[in-house]
Amino acid sequence: MTKSILLVGVGGQGTILASKLLTTGLMEAGYDVKMSEIHGMSQRGGSVSSQVRYGEKVESPVIELGGADILISFEKMEALRWLNYLKPNGKVVVNDFEIGSAPILSGKADYPKNAIGILEDKVKTTVISASSEAEKLGNPKVMNIILLGAIIKAMGLEEINWDKILRDNIKEKLVEINLKALKVGMNLV
Amino acid sequence: MKKLMTGNEAIARGAYEAGVRYASAYPGTPSTEILENVALYKEDIIAEWANNEKVALEATIGASMAGARTLAAMKHVGVNVAADPLFTFAYTGVYGGLVLVSADEPGQHSSQNEQDNRLYAKAAKIPMLEPSNSQESKDFTKIALEISEKFDAPVLLRMTTRVCHSKGIVECQDREEREIIPYKKDINKFVVVPAVARKLRVKVEERQKKLLEFSNTTELNFFEWNDTKVGVISSGVCYNYAKEVFGDSVSYLKIGFSQPLPTEKIKEFCTKVEKVYIIEENDPYIEEQVKILGFNCFGKDVFPAYGEMLPEVIRQSVFGETMPTLNYDEKEVVARPPVLCAGCPHRGFFVQLGKRKNVMVSGDIGCYSLAFAEPYNAMDQNICMGASISVGHGAQKVFDLVNENKMKVVSVLGDSTFFHTGINSLINVAYNKSNTVNVILDNRITGMTGHQENPGSGYTLQGEKTEELNIEAIVRALGFKNVVIINPNDLTAVKNALDWAISLDEPSVIITRWPCALKKFSPEDKEEFKNLFTDKYSVDAEKCIGCKACIRTGCPAISFDNEAKKSTIDYNACVGCSVCSQVCPVKAIGKVEK
Repeated sequence: MTKSILLVGVGGQGTILASKLLTTGLMEAGYDVKMSEIHGMSQRGGSVSSQVRYGEKVESPVIELGGADILISFEKMEALRWLNYLKPNGKVVVNDFEIGSAPILSGKADYPKNAIGILEDKVKTTVISASSEAEKLGNPKVMNIILLGAIIKAMGLEEINWDKILRDNIKEKLVEINLKALKVGMNLV
Repeated sequence: MKKLMTGNEAIARGAYEAGVRYASAYPGTPSTEILENVALYKEDIIAEWANNEKVALEATIGASMAGARTLAAMKHVGVNVAADPLFTFAYTGVYGGLVLVSADEPGQHSSQNEQDNRLYAKAAKIPMLEPSNSQESKDFTKIALEISEKFDAPVLLRMTTRVCHSKGIVECQDREEREIIPYKKDINKFVVVPAVARKLRVKVEERQKKLLEFSNTTELNFFEWNDTKVGVISSGVCYNYAKEVFGDSVSYLKIGFSQPLPTEKIKEFCTKVEKVYIIEENDPYIEEQVKILGFNCFGKDVFPAYGEMLPEVIRQSVFGETMPTLNYDEKEVVARPPVLCAGCPHRGFFVQLGKRKNVMVSGDIGCYSLAFAEPYNAMDQNICMGASISVGHGAQKVFDLVNENKMKVVSVLGDSTFFHTGINSLINVAYNKSNTVNVILDNRITGMTGHQENPGSGYTLQGEKTEELNIEAIVRALGFKNVVIINPNDLTAVKNALDWAISLDEPSVIITRWPCALKKFSPEDKEEFKNLFTDKYSVDAEKCIGCKACIRTGCPAISFDNEAKKSTIDYNACVGCSVCSQVCPVKAIGKVEK
């Protein structure tokens, strides 16, 4: 049975590294894996998604509407934007973090006031403060690895040797803090 | 060795394994990463950015004639630029195998149209392959080079966005070195004067017959027999989408080699299955062939004529509904449109240009296309690469036919777009005595596709230092007398340059020169541009009158608090271009003291 993980956020938040580590781990564990991203315009700050699918044999590289088992959102409003890609009985893990878009920054629109409430009303939602947890660890950039830890726990993928995956793919001086971040994320779900 | 690779990375790997010696491309989404990855095989392959797709293909044609295996890559609209050499090289054939990768964009994620480049292979009568995943992207690149040499033809490798940018597991092999074929002059093959070309034309038809036989026998076109009530004919990633929706409940004819289409296999399939669906993106290329063969099928009458044939699209078209989804009030979610980055050197220029009345801004393809939108409203049209200057020229000629007309054309394009084809358009402006204002926004790099070197940046794709084209000298050599170079972050300089250029009865060129804020600065950049994005600015809340002048620069580092009626600048996002401080009427924005 193919499983689908949808990672969404805002350009620059590190969704690509998180999904790269995730797919590498899944491949080394023996799964067939496909991942899809849409990128083109290089400007910062757009809505971004990484779609990861794994199983015995994966056909489509993209997740179908209503097809994701889990939606991991690095930003609150993006969780709402992508909600219709989630299975109605799927899970949401959302980072309690806001990034305004152009209409919001210019005062023409308001950031959705109750994004988390809307999510919780419709679907099993876990809210985690990955950004503030990352700051506690001393590097705000490890937010994405905390969220990766949350995905691993939520999808029951703890058996994979993530220590090795991180050591193989992250600069040596950053390995330790990222391993800590991964554990923090796993304990938050 | 197994590796996770995008389709683009896999093509590069295929080129490496197949012994390719030379590759050339012009960047364009979704094809850009192909040459970026070929370039990593520095010891084995010469990889170059050409200044446009025609030049890229022609360079690979030369490499083929000189006896090497070679590859050219471009986005779908790039093949329009390269179509001239393509249609004739299709006659002459190759020495070393040549693959032309066309990366099509169903759904137009980053493109101005949705053309189906399979029709190019048909029109040029050259073989075509359509990979559906990363493994096939690598394998088909190698097979394409073999087919190219066996059938004496350039081969079109037709990719689409999802195949280019999706990752899958690829089994890698070693490189097989190939000797360069010793050069042999053959005027009856390569000199396409009419007497020779007419003979080559006959050969093309003979080749087409051999290719048809190949298409009908190759394992690249295969059946998957299941229940025969329903059958699906498909190619590329659409095959995977169809399998996602139908699984093993229907039979498939999967087409990997698609020019010419395997007519005998299509006949066999359509005879054995009761109901046939054709699932393909863009035009009804397969569907028309099936209908010509006399079979009923469901194609564009069931599926949309445009966009991607994603699983939900197939499901909706065939079963009348998508999978169940969670729904919510979409009004809760605010759009996140792309914007010019904090520190973008285009900002200052368009803040000033947007204020002008009686101008037509003739736009082009690049990040600066975003100037059409709020808050700049500083672009009237854009068509294709390099068109700003020539479209602007034609428009100005007609504006000038109308008495009392005050319309002035300001044509704008980037440095890489100027080198691409804009330079041709500028020759036309000089030659035909235009009086347009022509603006070259030189941000020292090819920006939108993710920072590729170009003839003006001083470096090659493989990192060598090279001659840096001098735009001012080129423009003056073309005959322009009115030329000025300005810093686009200096709003007064921009205003003065526009006042001056618009008032002239002769053509002019304004060159803005400041690097892209996201660029990795070269030593030369650091030498030329002082204090590159090192400053920070902040708003003095006491002085701020809430007029939103700074907000109207469209900078994503500035936000407005509707309750306090004040602007603030995100310290971490600000890179110190100072444009906001120049537009503030009460001098509330100042440099943060270090």
